[in-house]
Amino acid sequence: MSHDHHDHDHDHPHAPIGNDGEPEAAARARALEELLVEKGVIDRESVRRRIDWLVSASPADGARLVARAWLDPAFKARLLEDARAAALEAGLDAGPSPDVVALENTETVHHLVVCTLCSCYPRGLLGPPPDWYKSLPYRSRAVSDPRGVLAEFGVELDEGVEVRVVDSTAEVRYLVLPLRPAGTDGLGEDELVEIVTRDSMIGVAQPRAPEPA
Amino acid sequence: MRFEPGQRVRVATRPHPGHHRTPGYVKGRTGRVERVHAEYTNPETRAYGADGLPAQRLYLVGFDQHELWPEYRGRPGDRLLVDVFEHWLEEAK
Repeated sequence: MSHDHHDHDHDHPHAPIGNDGEPEAAARARALEELLVEKGVIDRESVRRRIDWLVSASPADGARLVARAWLDPAFKARLLEDARAAALEAGLDAGPSPDVVALENTETVHHLVVCTLCSCYPRGLLGPPPDWYKSLPYRSRAVSDPRGVLAEFGVELDEGVEVRVVDSTAEVRYLVLPLRPAGTDGLGEDELVEIVTRDSMIGVAQPRAPEPA
Repeated sequence: MRFEPGQRVRVATRPHPGHHRTPGYVKGRTGRVERVHAEYTNPETRAYGADGLPAQRLYLVGFDQHELWPEYRGRPGDRLLVDVFEHWLEEAK
């Protein structure tokens, strides 16, 4: 499709916008599923179980791991060593095949996660990724201008902080262990879970201490 | 395991028309092995219905951002880490 078919008048460049993209993709997925079931490659029950698993995780799961790591240095060490095993220990299943690696943000290092090729994401610990994570602008700019992207998300890093972008192109999924904010010393695990946002575990935000009541 | 953590490696530039997981922006670039992952079945053949064997070792390779992007805005030392399969890596001097 070329730009010539535009029937509206403007001059900014963008990809052609179709109104039938989603239904077409859904129809294709259904057709594929039918074929795979017919050929005995998959069965409907395993598809249903996989979908259940995909939507069962949420950012609160990852936040639980982060909060526990903040409170318990031994757990943090295990999380950084083998995130899948540490998650299991906390009662969370990181998912079937891909491995999970937790990356620790410190006073001097800030991690930012992206998948430039598609939308690889630690779904088993965070649930489905946000739409912007799958968008072409985020995927292209996160690698080439991470500080610009971070500024747009409202993250201002100190001069001395090194930015490490992690492009998860293959079998490993990355979870950022954000820096524990000041002013959270007295908080327990449940209270800490509340302040660990999804975005902070992707690396585009930093957790904030709760406002004093 | 062909490469050790800290070792300098170059990403191959060979053309590969089919499905593969090596992003174009690191092809031909030199980086350093940050982390050695497990071996995984090869997505390049798995994508076409094969079993993906032999499995390939996966490495997390770090690149200097200023070397990747001439216009890069950020401090020296900023890095980009990418997972690259062993058969895409060569020893760098």
